Amino acid sequence: MNARIGWIAFNTFREAVRDRVLYNLIAFALIMTAAAVLVGQISIQIERIVVVNLGLTAISIFGIIIAIFIGVGLVAKEIEKRTLYTVLSRPVRRWEFIVGKFFGLTWTLVVNTFFMALGLFAALLYVAGQYTRADLWLLVALYFIVLQFFLMTALALLFSSFSTPIMSSVFAFAVFLIGTFADELHDVAQMLPGVSKFLVNGLAYLVPNFAALNVISQVAHGEPIEPRLIALNSLYALLYSVAAISFAALIFDRRNLK
Amino acid sequence: MTRRVLTSVLSVVAICCLAGAMATAVALDRIRGDGLKEEELYLPSGAVLKRLSLGYNGLLADIYWTRAVQYFGDLHHEKAMRYRLLYPLLDITAQLDPHLIVTYEFGSIFLSQAPPEGAGEPQNAVKLVERGIRENPKAWRLWADLGYIQAMELHDYKAASKSFQMGAQIPGARPWMSVMAAAMAEHGGEPATAHYLWTRLLENSEDTMLKQNAANHLRALQVDDDIQRLEAAVAEYRRRTSQQPQNFSQLISAGLLREMPADPLGRPYTLSPDGRVYVQNPSDMPFITRGIPPGMKPAIVPQTF
Repeated sequence: MNARIGWIAFNTFREAVRDRVLYNLIAFALIMTAAAVLVGQISIQIERIVVVNLGLTAISIFGIIIAIFIGVGLVAKEIEKRTLYTVLSRPVRRWEFIVGKFFGLTWTLVVNTFFMALGLFAALLYVAGQYTRADLWLLVALYFIVLQFFLMTALALLFSSFSTPIMSSVFAFAVFLIGTFADELHDVAQMLPGVSKFLVNGLAYLVPNFAALNVISQVAHGEPIEPRLIALNSLYALLYSVAAISFAALIFDRRNLK
Repeated sequence: MTRRVLTSVLSVVAICCLAGAMATAVALDRIRGDGLKEEELYLPSGAVLKRLSLGYNGLLADIYWTRAVQYFGDLHHEKAMRYRLLYPLLDITAQLDPHLIVTYEFGSIFLSQAPPEGAGEPQNAVKLVERGIRENPKAWRLWADLGYIQAMELHDYKAASKSFQMGAQIPGARPWMSVMAAAMAEHGGEPATAHYLWTRLLENSEDTMLKQNAANHLRALQVDDDIQRLEAAVAEYRRRTSQQPQNFSQLISAGLLREMPADPLGRPYTLSPDGRVYVQNPSDMPFITRGIPPGMKPAIVPQTF
């Protein structure tokens, strides 16, 4: 990564921290503490499963919300404050600006996830009394959640490269919803005839596949995750993010900023 | 007004109004009463709920499982005879997370046992466990649960024998599964078989509630056996002396009993003037079928939920 991208990423991270994005950690800490203390009293036999499900779901939802709502404002805010012109008047290419923003927000989300994961493991220790080998699979689930953030941040940046923040967040959220329903889209395609079947199937493959990145239920039951799934998900998230960021850079490069 | 005074006034107003709003909410809740909290499932389809959960179906399953436990616990506490929503709640939980084994293990107990101990829906319990077996083919314990329902609640010993046999073939299954299969096939309805089944469940369950349930059943079998034995002794005394015994001491003197008989909790049995033997407190003796004093209801399971 060149130094210019690194600086933009670092400043994006600093700005996110200054915007009190990491305050969500307090809400997460409260949820996990309440879950750890109360779960034994309101349910039976599934204390560990509840803590894992609740912890990973909260990490995922908090991160997706941050990726969408911060992601769509990354470019618009710089234009609105006119700081973008200062940045671009220096020897910084527009694509470098987009890539730097992407890394800055994803780094923020990784740091955020790291602290939440610490909270999750602490709650797990409190509830279960000890760690088991199966708990290692939680790390894979956390890795997949981070990959979800990569996709979501890239998409939010893509939409914000040509639209207003409000419309971009609507688009990003809609794509997230459609992405979670990718399997259902395939089912619908099976019922359609001819070209429409081909088109709907194509659409189902075009939208980001969030379902494959969600292994929360499996790891909650201590089920192992196939190495092939880890490899393919990593490749998928990398390719999809690079594609979305490339489109975003392409559009932003041609955008009239005057 | 200085800024400091304004801050104080606004803080007091805000706190008072919030407290007032909360008090009003409590009053509103009282006015609305239970009548408005209808016993309904707004989304009765687990498949739809799973789609709407956006992939977070694991957490939703935990919520539904907790809801099922609370629903059963509340009605059980009220000694209800009907648990209309229990099966739908368990079915939704199983659809949301098919690998949540507790849904099948505990859910089938809640469903199968006759009211007021359970919902009295053994057929639905069988359906639930069969779904669990389909979704979790390695879980041999679910075959034991199925066999238990078929034997104890449906009295279908042939089906129970087959279930224990199927479970016994799964790697990791305990050897007693094969013994149960054979026992069910040959001596299905006999108390000794039931005794063997509950003893194995007591030994092999890791959960306190399941252990408690098995212990209750074993105690009930013991009481049923004691009452039968004591009433036989009373009949024998009557045959020899042509008189009803007034107390157990007379039976001891006649050599028909060795000591004062007591139930498994150590409380002496009572002998009625007409020669019937009763337990002192049937509410502590769930699942007993004999020795219940006239006018008293069958026992309720102790409040374990």
